Amino acid sequence: MINVITDKLQALGELTLKSFQRLGRASVFFLRVAASGGDMLLRPGLLIKQIYSVGVQTLLIVVVAGMFVGMVMSLQSYYGLVDFGAEDSVGVMVALSLLRELGPVITALLFAGRAGSALTAEIGLMKATEQLSGMEMMAVNPMRRVVAPRFYAGVISMPLLATIFSAVGILGGYLVAVELLGLDSGPFWSQPQAKVDLYLDLYNGIIKSVVFGVVVTWIAVFEGYDCIPTSEGLGQATTRTVVYGSLAVLFLDFILTALMFAK
Amino acid sequence: MTSRKIEVLVGLFVVAAVAAFFMLAMSVSNMSSYTGNESYRLKAHFDNIGGLKVRSLVSAGGVGIGRVTDIQYNTESYEAVVSMDIDVNYNKFPTDTAASIMTSGLLGEQFISFEPGAEEEYLKEGDIIDLTQSALVLEQIIGQFLYSQSDDKE
Repeated sequence: MINVITDKLQALGELTLKSFQRLGRASVFFLRVAASGGDMLLRPGLLIKQIYSVGVQTLLIVVVAGMFVGMVMSLQSYYGLVDFGAEDSVGVMVALSLLRELGPVITALLFAGRAGSALTAEIGLMKATEQLSGMEMMAVNPMRRVVAPRFYAGVISMPLLATIFSAVGILGGYLVAVELLGLDSGPFWSQPQAKVDLYLDLYNGIIKSVVFGVVVTWIAVFEGYDCIPTSEGLGQATTRTVVYGSLAVLFLDFILTALMFAK
Repeated sequence: MTSRKIEVLVGLFVVAAVAAFFMLAMSVSNMSSYTGNESYRLKAHFDNIGGLKVRSLVSAGGVGIGRVTDIQYNTESYEAVVSMDIDVNYNKFPTDTAASIMTSGLLGEQFISFEPGAEEEYLKEGDIIDLTQSALVLEQIIGQFLYSQSDDKE
C-alpha cells in the first residue's frame, strides 16, 4: 500500500523535475540563440533565405485568412448593430478587433501551424540525420548557422505578417460592408479615424505580434533542437510546437491585453 | 529558386508590410489628428464632468479645435480641473468664453464646447476658463423627472 503511494509520488516528482529541467534547457537555449545573432550581420543571406521560407511562404495563408476574418466580422457586426441603427460603427468595430486582438492572435496561430511546425521538423530532421553533429565536427556552430537565422527570421516576419493580416482584414470588411451590404463608405473610414489610436491600438498590436513571434519561434526551434532523434520523436516534437505555441499565444494574449488596455 | 529571386520576394514582402502599416496608420487610426501643430493649454473647473475622458474632443461651433489632456480633482474647491490643449491657430477666444460639456447624440461621447464671449482680451497659455457648465447626467435628469411626476400627483 505504502509502496503504491510512494510510486505515485515518485512519478509526480519525476514529472515535475523533468518539466523544470526542460524549461531550464529552453531558457538557456533562448539566451544562446539570442546571443548568436551577431553572425547574421556578416552573412545576411542566411537570414533572408529564412525570412523567405518562414515569412513569404506563410503570406498566402495569412492574406486569405485575414480577408475572410475581416469579411465575416463585418457581416456579423452589421447584423448585430443594424437593430440599434448603429451600422455605421461596423468599420470601427472591425478595425479595433483586428488591430488589438485578431490580427496578432490569428496570425500567430497560423504562424505556429504553418511556419513553426516546418521549423521544428527541419531542425529535428537535421538532428536525426546527424547534420548538426556533422557541422560541429567541421567547427561550424549549428547554433549560429542553423538555429539563429531561423529564430530571427520568425521574430522579424511575425509583425510584418500580422500587419498585413490586419490591413487585408479591414479591406475585406470594407468590401462586405460597403459593396455587399451597401453601407456608406464615409463613416466606415471616418469612425476608425476618430476612435482608433495610433499608439494605444496600432503600436500595441505590433508589440503583441513581436512577442508572439519571439515565443512561437523560440518554441519551434527549441522543440526541433531538443527532439528525440527518431521518426516518432520528431512527430511528437512537431505536434508539441503547434500545441504549446498556440496555447502560449492565447495565454500571453490575455496577459498582454490586461496590461495594455487596463484603464 | 535562385537567391536573387528569393531576395526579390523578401523585398516585396517587406514592402507589402510597410505599405499595410501605412495604410493602417493613415486611413484607419487617428494619426492624421496628431498634426504636430503647436498648442496652448487652458484649464477649466467643472462641478461634474460626467463621462469626459482624456483625449476627448474640444470643439467650437462643432469644429474640433483641441483635445482634453488631463483631468484632476481638486480637493480644496471640490471641483474637477480639466486641462486641454488648443491648437494655436485658434488663439483668439475672448477671456469670457464659456466652456460646457456636451454629449454627441443621446448616448454618445462627451466633449467640451466653447461658446465665445465678447471681451477684448484673448485667452492665452495657462489661463483658466471661469464660465463653465457641467455635464448633464442622464440619471439625475431622470431622477428629477420622476420626482416632479410624483409631486404633481400629490
